[in-house]
Amino acid sequence: MMFSTARNLRKHGVLGVNERNARLIMKHNPRRLYPNVDNKVITKELALAAGMAVPELYGLIGHQSEVRNLGKVIGERDSFVIKPAHGSGGDGIIVVTGRSARKRDCYRMASGLLITESELQHHTSNVVGGQYSLSGNPDIALIEYCVEFDPVFANVSYQGVPDIRVIVYRGYPIMAMVRLPTRMSNGKANLHKGAVGAGIDMCSGCTLNGVLDNAIVDEHPDTGALIAGLQIPGWNFILQSAARGLEVTGLGYLGVDIVIDRHHGPLILEMNARPGLNIQIANRTGLAGRISRVDELYDAAASPEARAKFARSEFAAATSCA
Amino acid sequence: MTMRYVYLLAALLTAIGVSIFAYKWQVLGFPLTDDQETPVWTVETSVHFDAGPGPIKASLQIPTLTPGFGISEEYSVSRNYGFSVNNVSGGRQAQWTVRRTAGQQTLYYRIVVYEDRDADLSDTTPPFPLPPVIDEPLRTAVDVIVSEVRGHSADAASFTAELLRVVNSPSPGSSVNLLLAEVDTPLEFVKIMTTVLAAARIPARIIRGMELQDRTRRANLIPWLEIHDGVRWRFFNPRNGNENLPDHFLIWCRGDDSLVQVAGGTNVEVRFAVQKNFIDAMAVAEKRARVRQSVLVNFSLASLPIQTQAVYSVLLMIPIGALIMVLMRNFVGIDAFGTFMPVLIALAFRETRLFWGIVLFTLLVALGLSIRFLLERLRLLLVPRLSAVLIVVVLLMLVISIASHKMGMETGLSVALFPMVIIAMTIERMSVVWEERGPADAIRGGTGSLLVAAVAYLAMGMNWLEHIITSFPELLLVVLAIVILLGRYTGYRLSELVRFKALSGE
Repeated sequence: MMFSTARNLRKHGVLGVNERNARLIMKHNPRRLYPNVDNKVITKELALAAGMAVPELYGLIGHQSEVRNLGKVIGERDSFVIKPAHGSGGDGIIVVTGRSARKRDCYRMASGLLITESELQHHTSNVVGGQYSLSGNPDIALIEYCVEFDPVFANVSYQGVPDIRVIVYRGYPIMAMVRLPTRMSNGKANLHKGAVGAGIDMCSGCTLNGVLDNAIVDEHPDTGALIAGLQIPGWNFILQSAARGLEVTGLGYLGVDIVIDRHHGPLILEMNARPGLNIQIANRTGLAGRISRVDELYDAAASPEARAKFARSEFAAATSCA
Repeated sequence: MTMRYVYLLAALLTAIGVSIFAYKWQVLGFPLTDDQETPVWTVETSVHFDAGPGPIKASLQIPTLTPGFGISEEYSVSRNYGFSVNNVSGGRQAQWTVRRTAGQQTLYYRIVVYEDRDADLSDTTPPFPLPPVIDEPLRTAVDVIVSEVRGHSADAASFTAELLRVVNSPSPGSSVNLLLAEVDTPLEFVKIMTTVLAAARIPARIIRGMELQDRTRRANLIPWLEIHDGVRWRFFNPRNGNENLPDHFLIWCRGDDSLVQVAGGTNVEVRFAVQKNFIDAMAVAEKRARVRQSVLVNFSLASLPIQTQAVYSVLLMIPIGALIMVLMRNFVGIDAFGTFMPVLIALAFRETRLFWGIVLFTLLVALGLSIRFLLERLRLLLVPRLSAVLIVVVLLMLVISIASHKMGMETGLSVALFPMVIIAMTIERMSVVWEERGPADAIRGGTGSLLVAAVAYLAMGMNWLEHIITSFPELLLVVLAIVILLGRYTGYRLSELVRFKALSGE
């Protein structure tokens, strides 16, 4: 039974964690390049230098002594995001979407809960102290623009910001999904916390069926809206930006997280050197086949635009939307 | 390309590990299980005599070269006597001396031997003996026998066999009768044989020994014939000319010198008693290896002080725990905190045993977690908060120990040795995961850690495995090879078979 399951998975080109680590990450992602993606400050600088769109940075807090300047960094802005430079999996991120009209030092989080400025300072101090960094080392807190997401996903997300994850292999976008926050995921776009993942047809940029906890869902569990068939705006631009991730970071196996802002269009939120494998479930397709297809037709001289075009022509979903 | 190096390295490590292991096991006789015992024979010689008025000097021939046996230890019990072992022409001699004593005396010499098929057979090659001076009419008899036997034989061994056949024949010829006319004891018989062999220029000597049998109160020395064929010494049964040595035959001494000489004493009597014991096979193997001056043993654990050995018997099991860790994470795919934290937890279980270890660990972590959440409200910085958790953990341990002692349970006390830093770290990691990923992930990680720790503990606690690893640390090279091979495992984890089941098309 076990072996036949393994054989079937192999036949469908499903990539396992061991294989991803040994064949892709160790081979294509040299350790020394990790800071390019693990440190969001560096990622932002690199992306900006490459002319990619990223959320505007309001300020950095790198020392406990600067934590009390948090109010100054925020200024009169009503919405912003505080996140650790070395965070992973969305840990340690606080999204503030507004503030109380009467008490200016009382903020409203994306979940609707209120948070005082001193609580924000404590959180920032935890971030700087390294509670959310991968190694526990002192960290930097980023205060940046809070994305106002595009209405395209308004009906299929509960609070939070839905984001698009594109897997880029040797500069070629090979698979993508959109992650939709749910009540269960606490507004976070994280599949293993209960967010809905939906595959994306690489050709058209239309969403496919959603997956919740490995089961296929047609409708968003909280809003009841249909998940499949949503056209993602600026799909070509998204693919090209993701493809450029190779030039920006130097990593050959990369996950690029993109959000679509109401005003600024697609923005690169962060990049990941060890993207998860749940994307295979969301797309109901294995990654291995697409990876070997890229290896077959690899062209070192291809521009990001050409690579995005390649992805659109090679990796169209079988059940493409109209 | 890399794969080839990985396989090569793994094969090399395995080959080195296994060959050292095989050498120690097969050649040096290191036991595979710790309850394995090797028979050893204790031969106790007691010399009885009545003391005369003057000083007494007693000497006893004792074993020197003992083919088939290794000497484990020897000692003498003799109150008031001076004792020394001297090398004399026939071998070794034990000597007791006393200036003045009275009454019946008993001197003990005790030797412990173990069977060792490859025991030192090396011996000097003797010179050709001079033709013995024999008076007539024996001389003619010897000449006749020698020339007759020589005609029917080809070399020293066949000469000896033929000679013994002729002299033992039921209807001996006249020269044999003449030769054996004055022979009364077996010892004299063997002695006359050595004379005849000397006349044929064959080096020969008498050996005397005993067949070792358990619980023999009075063993006798049996004379046997030993001849040198130019290459090695060979043994012949003087009664029938068969070339053999009886089973368990311990050669006590060589030559026909009297076994014991007591100057200044009378009524001398020697008794042999044999006792079979079983002792730890490990001790015998180490003794054997030391006799051979094997480098492997000089570098073995046994050469370390006992306390260090005890530490290493724990440390050497850590690779086994690490192997379990690799299997559980890369093969099964169980979530656990930290890379080696479960192995460390498993080490901590050694103090408490499994059941109480899990109970105490869960209790401490649960209590610590609650305290950690209380501290969270105080909004402490990271390091002070961790330190606070650590202090609380120490206090909790104290409370648990005292409480369990008051209730009469001794298990609680051993919690004091529980590595508290590990607990403090687990609490911190778990609380962060709890807050960030929710209780489900935290509890799953905690349970996974405990599960891996329990399996690692069971594997590391297997007595036979611990014995094998501490006796054959080179097998860790094989463990290393396995871990290296597993490091290149790119197949699915068991958990992924479930996770990706929807994609398998079943």
